[in-house]
Amino acid sequence: MSTPSSGSNPARITAEVVAKVAKLSSLQLSDAELVLMTSQLSGMLDHFADIDKLDLDNVAPLAQPFPLKNVFREDVVVAGLDRDEVLAAAPAAEDGRFRVPPSLGLGEQ
Amino acid sequence: MTKPFATVVDIASDIASGKTSAVEVLEQHLARITERESEINAFNLVTIEQARATAQQVDADIKASKPIGALAGVPVALKDNMCTRGIETTCSSKILEGWKPPYDATVVTRLQQAGAVMVGKTNLDEFAMGSSTENSAFGPTKNPLDTSRVPGGSSGGSAAAVAAGFAAASLGSDTGGSIRQPASLCGLVGVKPTYGLVSRQGIVAFASSLDQVGPFTHTVADAALMMEVIGGHDPLDSTSLPQPMPSLTSVLGQGVKGMRIGRLTDMPDGCEPEVLARMDAAYVALQAAGATIVDVSLPSLSYCLTAYYLVAPAEASSNLARYDGVRYGMRVETGDLHSMYGATRAAGFGAEVKRRIMLGTYALSAGYFDAYYGKALKVRRLIANDFAAAYEKCDVILTPTSPTVAFPLGDKTSDPLTMYLCDIFTIPTNLAGHAAMSVPFGTGAHNMPVGVQVLAPALGEQTMFRVAAELERAS
Repeated sequence: MSTPSSGSNPARITAEVVAKVAKLSSLQLSDAELVLMTSQLSGMLDHFADIDKLDLDNVAPLAQPFPLKNVFREDVVVAGLDRDEVLAAAPAAEDGRFRVPPSLGLGEQ
Repeated sequence: MTKPFATVVDIASDIASGKTSAVEVLEQHLARITERESEINAFNLVTIEQARATAQQVDADIKASKPIGALAGVPVALKDNMCTRGIETTCSSKILEGWKPPYDATVVTRLQQAGAVMVGKTNLDEFAMGSSTENSAFGPTKNPLDTSRVPGGSSGGSAAAVAAGFAAASLGSDTGGSIRQPASLCGLVGVKPTYGLVSRQGIVAFASSLDQVGPFTHTVADAALMMEVIGGHDPLDSTSLPQPMPSLTSVLGQGVKGMRIGRLTDMPDGCEPEVLARMDAAYVALQAAGATIVDVSLPSLSYCLTAYYLVAPAEASSNLARYDGVRYGMRVETGDLHSMYGATRAAGFGAEVKRRIMLGTYALSAGYFDAYYGKALKVRRLIANDFAAAYEKCDVILTPTSPTVAFPLGDKTSDPLTMYLCDIFTIPTNLAGHAAMSVPFGTGAHNMPVGVQVLAPALGEQTMFRVAAELERAS
């Protein structure tokens, strides 16, 4: 990754923001990864500032190529996925359910 | 150019007529896999046993005079982001290693119903994020035409498998060029259909408003046949278009007389001169076949890269939230649920995937949404408007598929932005939801293939395939 250019400097992403985004993303990043990520995201956001010069005030956003509408089907019973087959592909299962570590408390087993 | 391996059309016809058998055809392809796969690394998994069983079934059906499908006995390879029931589907990511889906993708079912023989699951940039197939947990794929070079990406394994004769055709997925660019770099035909024409059900989602499935083949006729098999409405995909698949194989001979071919007046910098020379030759060829060349402009083209690299990671950050160590693949055991999520995702995802999840999460987060994601969606509207204006003047637009021929392995891995620039010509189609395909049209630097990209408006596949067929005749 190129080093950050000097001179014009739009609001640069900080290591604190990157750490917060990592938390929002459920990604445990090492300190080294945080430093690298800060520099790389910063470089990308500098490049992406090219669209700031466009006048977009009266432009409607386009989120999907074609308009989406809700799709319904007849209310009839059809076979779902086989539960055992689905659970067999999971890291841990018990009594017909996904098994996960405790979500509350300190997690002492 | 002469094609080094048998085509889908010829294989299907020779098997149906009894000139050869499905088992014989399969064994020829498996022999080539044995010979070169260790060097190419096109596959994450070769499904030899299942392939032999399917081929034997096809031969038995033919012997018993049972009706057979349009692809009976044709060896095909599938990008490893397409769900295959009971067969590992990894997306070339450690996080999904060992996962066996409980269902088949619709395109997989359609290939099976047509009698195709699946030979394996092909390598890709992890979760289809990349342009060189170097971002894979299973190592890079090499370009069969020059193994010091990349096959392109992200569907590089699917391209390499066809280019090396491991399969007669393959399927890839294209979010920003991931079929067309590797097709161009490997000398193949590659199609990105109109958004919604081919079902996404069972394709591991990267960016749902951009992803489409399409074929890699040696010829335009093969691509047309593959499209007819996989395309058409699917009630299991809520974005599937309601109309039936148009016939493509029947239009290939119709020529381009009277057609208006768009030539970009605002070409971005960075194209190799040999690539531009092939573009000139393509215009001359189409003109000689009776088409008119019309100058058109896409003023927002240079902003597409930014729009794409905000929209696609934003959607990916949401789509990839499901890989959390609960329902599929690997888990890093820790004391509590939230640290398990974070540790699993840190260990399971590679660097490029993490980068895009971070970028997407940032672009969607409170305080930055309007400045990034919101703005990117407006630029997306601009490019759609540009296309609408251009298609008032022309029927299709021609561009290079890739600014360069296949580049050496490792050439662009140190700077993510350099890699992103590979997609400058392919991205606009995905943002607009239109159709596009890459057709081999001679060679450029280092004697490597150059692909010409034919862009068409939504559901313009018939026109697009007529132009592609004409380019193929002229190449």
